[in-house]
Amino acid sequence: MSDYRKMWQDLGVNLEKHDEFLAPVPSLYGDLFVSQQNRPEGMKYFDFVMSEVHGLRVKELLDMKDDPSKKVVGAFCVFVPEELVLATGGACIGLCGGAQYSVPIGEKVLPRAMCPLIKSSLGFKVGGVCPYFEVADFVVGETTCDGKKKAYEVLNEYHPTYVMELPQKRDQADKELWLKEVYAFKDKMEAEAGKTITAEKLTAAVKLANDRRRVLQRLYDARKVDPVPISGKDAALITQLAFFDDPARFTEKTTALCAELEQRIEKGEGVFPKGAPRILITGTPMPLPSWKMHNIIESSGGVVVCEESCTGTRYFETLVDETPTTLPEQMEALSQRALNINCACYTPNTGRIDDILRMVKEYNVDGVVYYSLQFCHTYGIEYRAAEKALQQAGVPVIRIETDYSDEDSGQLQTRIQAFLEMLK
Amino acid sequence: MITAGVDVGSTAAKAVILKEREILGWAIIPTGWSPRDAGKRVLNQALTMANVDVGGVERIIGTGYGRVALDFLDRAVTEITCHARGANYYYPEHGLVIDIGGQDSKIIKVNNQGKVLNFLMNDKCAAGTGRFLQVTINSLGLELDEVDSLPPAEPATINSMCTVFAESEVISMLASGTPKESIVTGLFHSIAKRIATMAGSMELPGNATFTGGVAQSILLRQMLAQELEANLAVPPNPQLMGALGAALIAQD
Repeated sequence: MSDYRKMWQDLGVNLEKHDEFLAPVPSLYGDLFVSQQNRPEGMKYFDFVMSEVHGLRVKELLDMKDDPSKKVVGAFCVFVPEELVLATGGACIGLCGGAQYSVPIGEKVLPRAMCPLIKSSLGFKVGGVCPYFEVADFVVGETTCDGKKKAYEVLNEYHPTYVMELPQKRDQADKELWLKEVYAFKDKMEAEAGKTITAEKLTAAVKLANDRRRVLQRLYDARKVDPVPISGKDAALITQLAFFDDPARFTEKTTALCAELEQRIEKGEGVFPKGAPRILITGTPMPLPSWKMHNIIESSGGVVVCEESCTGTRYFETLVDETPTTLPEQMEALSQRALNINCACYTPNTGRIDDILRMVKEYNVDGVVYYSLQFCHTYGIEYRAAEKALQQAGVPVIRIETDYSDEDSGQLQTRIQAFLEMLK
Repeated sequence: MITAGVDVGSTAAKAVILKEREILGWAIIPTGWSPRDAGKRVLNQALTMANVDVGGVERIIGTGYGRVALDFLDRAVTEITCHARGANYYYPEHGLVIDIGGQDSKIIKVNNQGKVLNFLMNDKCAAGTGRFLQVTINSLGLELDEVDSLPPAEPATINSMCTVFAESEVISMLASGTPKESIVTGLFHSIAKRIATMAGSMELPGNATFTGGVAQSILLRQMLAQELEANLAVPPNPQLMGALGAALIAQD
């Protein structure tokens, strides 16, 4: 690994805290990922990306910014129309937000009774622990929940933050509101980049983002097979890295991995014994490096075969329609994507329950882990409907409410093990 | 076939020696500072009572939080699965098992084979568990087994479910002259309500088996039955149900 200390320092990263944060990562990563049996060869690329997670990619983004019209935009949500960033030649990246390390820092500026994701992500900025924050020209927030909506006001004191208003329903008025918001974001990007987004550029950007979504669909298709050719941990990691990596390169490398997985499937080769209990995780997102749930499930003999979450199917299942050729039609198609995602911020949101039931079938699932972060009210409340639907369908479900700390890992282990014992 | 079940909990270690379905021996000892040591000792005590040599035991299954520390097991199974199975030994027709353990409380739905259908378990803190009762009752200068001999009293209102805060609340009640029996009744009442709240989202069958050390308390039994509106049965030695379940699973 090259020495990035100067780069980090120039970016304004707090080196001491950053060292402290990164210190346990290599051994943790080794224990959780590298030590897995019969891992696909294609995971080597993602191991490399992880080993360089705060280094090489940040440097690439910095180099890209040598051209002042190319902007780096940080985002927290799958609704943000990143195609508009890509169309200006810039990069849209996910931000850090899945670590206990930055939670206490976040609590300095936010109430304790907030979801760990928000506290962690603000903590990364306030503590200067995330170079991705520092390299971002600005952050795009969105009003998917009250916590985030208000936290962006605080974040804006530390980093330029632009907020998109997301509708709460899917009526005509809501569609119009979101379309306006997407147009406003286009204006914002054009002003930031100092160039016009043409239909041609947008076509290419949509294709780039859709290709990445398509390859993730292909990856998830491979997980539908028993024995499963890739662990849930690895698949989840790939999805997490999709938010950071260069989209074209990511698509290329994941395509190669998928080809390998498909060969495995042909040979009937798997990473877990055939018949291992197959688990669907549904609920709140798991941003890098939150691997706790996957690790507990897979070290207890189960295998995670799908994530119905923003760091799972919600990220890539809905494509942007590629057929329109005029800018107004393209903008319409772009805005349509967000409204087709079944996020718990919507009311009503029965589509998500249908999605869960559909995925239980598609992925041949034995049991569902309903994962929600503490204080995440929308997903917490939707448990009731999900539980009812799953029970009616005869599918066992367990609710896990947790945070990023390890305080409850012993207890969670017992609950997950008991759940897996119940499935036998 | 002779099997053994060893349940090393946060407070007590328990063991049962089983021949088919006949209990040959059992033992309960405090876990102390070494779960591994406690597991060995409690197994030996139960073997002595059963008059069986360790070589005569075909399979040993461990359970409880200390199960990971035991190196003499054939297999480890969670306490949820084991309690369900143990309770089924005495009351196969009961569809529900309530276990209040040292550090956690569980509500388990079971079928008539003792198989777990669904379960709930408290998360994170030890609110409403055996440890909570022990700490708060000790702060009154009482032991858990003395409670049933106290005169009946109206329950005082206990607001804190956090062990540490409840303890200081109890001490300040004592200072302001609230009778001990009222405080104790209040504590039991708060636990019973806590369990009932936890069970709130679950459809409850009328008959339940109550297991774990605190199930020995008649007062708690009454209050819990009232809050859950269920008929609660307590097996002999309710603390042993995890170990018994483990030994039964080892028979399969």
